[in-house]
Amino acid sequence: MSMNRRDFLQVLAVAAAGGLALHSDPAAAAQAAARMYALPRFGQVSLLHMTDCHAQLRPIHFREPDVNLGIGPMAGQVPHLVGEHLLRHFGIRPGSAEAHAFTCLDFVKAARTYGKVGGFAHLATLIKQLKAGRPGALLLDGGDTWQGSGLSLWTGAQDMVDACKLLGVDVMTLHWEATYGEARVKEIEDKDFKGHVDIVAQNIKTADFGDPVFKPYVIRNINGVPVAIVGQAFPYTPIANPRWQVPNWSYGIQDDNLQKVVDEARAAGAQVVVVLSHNGMDVDLKMASRVRGVDAILGGHTHDGVPAPVVVSNAGGRTLVTNAGSNGKYLGVLDLEVKGGKVTDFRYKLLPVFANLIPADPAMAALINKMRAPFEGRLAEKLAVSEGLLYRRGNFNGAWDQLILDALLAEKNAEIAFSPGFRWGTSLLPGDTIRMEHLLDQTAITYPWTTLTMMSGEQIKTVLEDVCDNLFNPDPYYQQGGDMVRVGGLQYACDPNAAMGRRITDMRLHGKPLDAGKTYKVAGWAPVSEEARNAGGEAVWDLVARYLKGQKVIRPRALNLPTLKGMAGNPGMT
Amino acid sequence: MNHQRREVLKAGGGLGLFGLLAAAGLITPGEARAEWNKAAFDAKNIEDTLKALGAGAPASAAEVQLTAPDIAENGAVVPVGVISTLAGVEAIAILVEKNPNPLAASFTLPAGTEPGVQTRVKMGQTSDVYALVRAGGKFFMAKKEIKVTLGGCGG
Repeated sequence: MSMNRRDFLQVLAVAAAGGLALHSDPAAAAQAAARMYALPRFGQVSLLHMTDCHAQLRPIHFREPDVNLGIGPMAGQVPHLVGEHLLRHFGIRPGSAEAHAFTCLDFVKAARTYGKVGGFAHLATLIKQLKAGRPGALLLDGGDTWQGSGLSLWTGAQDMVDACKLLGVDVMTLHWEATYGEARVKEIEDKDFKGHVDIVAQNIKTADFGDPVFKPYVIRNINGVPVAIVGQAFPYTPIANPRWQVPNWSYGIQDDNLQKVVDEARAAGAQVVVVLSHNGMDVDLKMASRVRGVDAILGGHTHDGVPAPVVVSNAGGRTLVTNAGSNGKYLGVLDLEVKGGKVTDFRYKLLPVFANLIPADPAMAALINKMRAPFEGRLAEKLAVSEGLLYRRGNFNGAWDQLILDALLAEKNAEIAFSPGFRWGTSLLPGDTIRMEHLLDQTAITYPWTTLTMMSGEQIKTVLEDVCDNLFNPDPYYQQGGDMVRVGGLQYACDPNAAMGRRITDMRLHGKPLDAGKTYKVAGWAPVSEEARNAGGEAVWDLVARYLKGQKVIRPRALNLPTLKGMAGNPGMT
Repeated sequence: MNHQRREVLKAGGGLGLFGLLAAAGLITPGEARAEWNKAAFDAKNIEDTLKALGAGAPASAAEVQLTAPDIAENGAVVPVGVISTLAGVEAIAILVEKNPNPLAASFTLPAGTEPGVQTRVKMGQTSDVYALVRAGGKFFMAKKEIKVTLGGCGG
């Protein structure tokens, strides 16, 4: 059931009558919907921030996680709060539109009520409206923009490049963009983006001599205030993604160099310094405590929809740290008041983009339709019908991932299957048809090959420990920001608080302990090694599509989840 | 891009760095054949390596700075740099605790040399890496963990 704007307002009114929403009569409900997007202007400098849209040009559903554990000093801290814990922390009323936007609570029912989120045509209208009330506002894109859909994969990201230019992106930084290869990124920077969009990244250097690959920062004048936008690309791109795609580029966090760049920008006259970051929120919070002179870090990567900034103290003063979610679901609005050459006050709002509440921009809708036209047939191919909710987010598994694991086990005749802990991937509601487009939303990458490997029990443990440390190392600088590898066939226990190499225990296959010396048939996909590229292997979407067509109807499946130790009471779980 | 640097290195490629420096008159051939501490390079653990270097139990010092990535992009070539603000630095060594032979590099610095070295070390697994500095006959160190991971599965 999809609703138009009038239906939506009626639903708000009905919900209000039931005591769930903010309002007591239809007129108030209509006003509240209008108020959601009518933010009063504040100060002179406004920055609009989108991040991690993962090439979702049209409105989608996206379920937020029910497990996002923080450990060590991060336990119970933003962004490691989910469900009611998040609502309580940010003072959001349960049952409200915002509660639906920021949590997974009552997801299916609320998704049917409030409809889809995001979509570039709706985002374009919202941005135009905000810019009209905020002359000079910049639109910043935190990256993970070019990857995540069949269309972006098939067009080499041309769909997203053209859409971002039309949307009016001013400055962007990078992560998955690099998986199209160095040459493609540079081609877009030098041709399509020239004179339109600046790519900034202080932490990408040539691997040989450490020369800059992109501009570290740009300074833009907003209503008489020089504002520096410093780029921080995802520091572990050549590790989390294939190194052969960026053989000549070296990354890293490089906060010493960031300090130099910030100092240089200040010396060049910048009165406001903002870091456009793809670090992930835990890394941003640590970086904010170490680097001086940054007014705000506008962050992404970890897909945390964080309603209000975290204010971090450091030797130079205070730095705001935000994270603006994913999949086009939100737009961050940061307004800064600048007096005497310094930021003196701010307002921040992370606006959920409800497609039913914002009319589509005709020019953007036309561009999207034009881009999709040659591929509509392939995207619309019907694979199966899902009886249950399909989603991905969560530290350990998601319904979409379970389906991919089941497909790998069956089609590869494997004993164990691994699927990467990606945080992108849209959600489908019960009863929805699974089309090729939806499968590609979970799998569209430039290294999609499936693999079948004989691995010893010891090697399997090593893999699980390695990925688990990337998620739960108590020092965020040693984390990579994905979720735990999804595991099919194999049961295990996980103690996130344990030391590296000691978190995974009690590994069992069909109830029997895994033998460290015995070898097992393990299926997987998205291999990062160059050997895997040369070996080829069937693309994961072909394998899963075949499996889905054979199944026809997908019943809800139990998720294979580890037994967690030491996490009782952690507010990172619902 | 600094093309000049690339050209210089290309020209020097056949000679190797020491050959190049020797050819440029920066060091004498004798210095290029600095004494090889076989016992230190053959040692199998940190304690034996420190002993063979005559370092005993060096104190951590803020005057020794170790620059290295938190997570290695490629364990086969991990860039590691050491600088020191101590006076009279005579030698710098780099040790990788979990390597089969921890001593990865040893530099002897002639008097008047700026105490800063950079190299790439090979690492098979996540390990603490030590920068060891000898100045005025005394040893000082700095330590940093460098993670070596299998990769993949990122956000």
